[in-house]
Amino acid sequence: MDTLLQTTKLSKSFSSEKVVDRISFSINRHEIFALLGPSGCGKTTTLRLIAGFEHPDEGEIRLNQRTLNADQQFVEPEDRGIGFVFQDYALFPHLPVIRNVMFGLKKSDRKLRRKKAEEVLCMMGLRDFMDRRPYELSGGQQQRVALARAIAPTPELILLDEPFSNLDAVLRQSTRAEVRSLLKKAGMSALLVTHDQEEALSFADRIAVMNQGKIEQTGTPEEVYYRPRTRFVAQFLGTTNLISAEAIGATALTEFGRVNLDRPASGQVTLSIRPEHLTIEAYQKSHDVHPGKITSKDFKGHDITYRVLVRAKEYLVHTDNRLTFQAGDRVIVKPLETAVVLEE
Amino acid sequence: MNIRKKVHNHPFLQRLRTSLNGGLPPWYFLLPTLLVGISVLIPLAYLLLRAFEADRALSVELVFRPRNLLLLYNTVLLAVSTLIVTTLLALPLAWITSRTRIPGRSVLTLLGVLPLAIPGYVMAYALLGFTGEDGTLNSVFGIHLPRLSGFTGALTAISLYTFPYLYLNFRSALSGLDPSLEEVARSLGCRPYETFFRVVVPQLRPAYYAGALIIFLYVLGDFGAVSLMRFETFSYAIYLQYAASYDRVYAAWLALMLLTLTSSALIFEYKLLRGLFFHRAGTGTGKKTQLTELGAWKWPAYFFVTILVLVSIVLPVSTIIFWMLDAMPLERTDSLVRALRASFTASAPAAFLATLLAIPLAYNSLRYPSRISRGLERVAYLGYATPPLAFALALIFLTLGAVPFLYQTLAILIIAYTLHFLAEAIGPVRSSLYQASPRLEEAARSLGYGRLKAFFLTTLPVMRNGIIVSAAFVFMSAMKELPITFLLAPVGFETLAVNVWSSTSEAMYSRAAPYAFVILLISTLFTGLLFAREWFIKRN
Repeated sequence: MDTLLQTTKLSKSFSSEKVVDRISFSINRHEIFALLGPSGCGKTTTLRLIAGFEHPDEGEIRLNQRTLNADQQFVEPEDRGIGFVFQDYALFPHLPVIRNVMFGLKKSDRKLRRKKAEEVLCMMGLRDFMDRRPYELSGGQQQRVALARAIAPTPELILLDEPFSNLDAVLRQSTRAEVRSLLKKAGMSALLVTHDQEEALSFADRIAVMNQGKIEQTGTPEEVYYRPRTRFVAQFLGTTNLISAEAIGATALTEFGRVNLDRPASGQVTLSIRPEHLTIEAYQKSHDVHPGKITSKDFKGHDITYRVLVRAKEYLVHTDNRLTFQAGDRVIVKPLETAVVLEE
Repeated sequence: MNIRKKVHNHPFLQRLRTSLNGGLPPWYFLLPTLLVGISVLIPLAYLLLRAFEADRALSVELVFRPRNLLLLYNTVLLAVSTLIVTTLLALPLAWITSRTRIPGRSVLTLLGVLPLAIPGYVMAYALLGFTGEDGTLNSVFGIHLPRLSGFTGALTAISLYTFPYLYLNFRSALSGLDPSLEEVARSLGCRPYETFFRVVVPQLRPAYYAGALIIFLYVLGDFGAVSLMRFETFSYAIYLQYAASYDRVYAAWLALMLLTLTSSALIFEYKLLRGLFFHRAGTGTGKKTQLTELGAWKWPAYFFVTILVLVSIVLPVSTIIFWMLDAMPLERTDSLVRALRASFTASAPAAFLATLLAIPLAYNSLRYPSRISRGLERVAYLGYATPPLAFALALIFLTLGAVPFLYQTLAILIIAYTLHFLAEAIGPVRSSLYQASPRLEEAARSLGYGRLKAFFLTTLPVMRNGIIVSAAFVFMSAMKELPITFLLAPVGFETLAVNVWSSTSEAMYSRAAPYAFVILLISTLFTGLLFAREWFIKRN
């Protein structure tokens, strides 16, 4: 793989508070990478460090084998060739849409610039809005103009700071899919920052999960979702059951029975198992595990979430809508997949 | 390399960096700001220098002259009385125009602001020309009133000119209050008037203190009205010492005393305001204020407003017109044109310069917030709070002492206007800068533009409106300015304001009229434009 951006042990403090703490990751050419984390975890600061709006205290940022923050010569944001899409879009309010997009195209004559900007706007489906002012556009349109403006100068890397957070839920999903396919079509590399796990999972090729200034895990969406390494990652990427259990080799003993582990372990461990990786069955005398009792049932249409109490511990079980138990039923909990052993 | 790193990590530099946590502004923004700070502070230093030049015995004698006590008494008496009168005028007017359903509210609002266009000395001129043996009142209506002068005259003139400052503050505070608080008070059993005094009035305090400070400082600095009314305050005494007795050391001491009084007012205000922040608790958009139905009470309300309008607008305007007709035909058109040109040549460059300097000042304090940038911005406000006569005197000492070739030149007059009115330019520039998110410049930089270019291409165009308003404010203020012009203008350089003052002080009311009329015309035009613009923006 061809590495485009590489950050090494990047750190940044604001008035003695360490916001970004020795962060290292790399982005490949044509890859969409997401930094995922709760608000205040330092992900936006990381983005601003890469863009050059902030100076790192330590560490190195390399783009195309070139160091951007060498001691003697800090590469200014305007010389980095990195596009930026802001959370609030930051469209220039005094310029019409077309001039916003032309803004970053400076190396050719006016006619060519206009032509290029029109091309990008057409690709974004904004042909009819070229002469409007930004405030005359809807949120989704503004978002696309911001993206068009960032893409037009064909930067090597484009940074997206929570670009979909200002859109309503329905628009968010369709815009997300659209933007992803546009980026892929243009063969661009992108770094997305978001606190929305669903967004990161569906938008990115790879994800780095951040917490308190540090990266806890990097991997493909499937990897971080199915094989979380830490308690934080397991909980942040959707609901999960955290179970403390006694591990012996490839299995562990839990309150509801024996489960297979994703890797061998021994002694007291914390396991994570997603609710959809559990199922329930009606309890029968022949079962050799502790029975549980359903304490609540949350019917959500295409699926159902049950809360099952087994020996004073509550577990979440996500089933399809064909299993119709009622609150109070006696059931047993059965794992469908291996449980993930978390690092302590 | 190693040394470089050592210097970089030196504890002092690190501490400096943390205190400047936003980093240092680029030099082209820092330099003008520092220049302003120095230019305001150095003249004041010269004032001190001049005062302490005298030997000790003389200094002691000057400071402890009984006359100083009288001046202090007069100045404070006038300031406090003005505050009382303006409060009594502004609060009811603000309530009527913002909280009731009285018909014609928008006209009343405009009428409440219009007196701002009539400077204190023009108001004094109008009052003098209205009363007395040959006054308008006697010649038209045959009603004889002794000519207004002294304390009553000064108080009337200044109050009628300054109450709009308080009115505007009250009005915006009243319409910004959270109506739920009043509704809660009512639901807890308070009658409407109880609610007003126990819930509304306490919340008006920050707005009141801010408006009161402006008026207090204005009274301390006023020269035109008190001198025409011959009421001896510090400002008037400074002028008399400087112009009539040429006693510069005593003038310097008086200026210092006035400065002390000013600083006391500023500190007092700061103490009052500390910890006094009323935030709207709870989120979401505020509800619309419930307007009071006045019913039959609208007649007393109309009566009050009518009297106020008659005295604060109709009286000065009609008096000026009366005396102007008396002077017809105008045989002095050329001198009027000359005065107009003089006013313009001094005010326009000052408006330009002040706005130009306000941009980096506001930019630094907003984008690079630190103790240093905030301090520098405050220094600009110090230039505004310094009583104009004291400031002008300080500049005279400075030019005579350090740069004699600037003494009594147009350049020093423009510099004085700029530094004195800079604070007026900061406000609108600052609030327009709030509208230009820092993200705009960052977006421009990520698209390949350097720092300065990004500022010019994105932030500056967004600030355009604020910049225009700032320039208009300063232009208007400089046009009306009297004491600084008086002391610093080149010989024979007579602006409209100076003409009004000198003719009036010699009781030549008809000669003063055309100048006063032109001032009135220009400032009404500007005031009207500013408010029309504000309305226009609110509509959109």
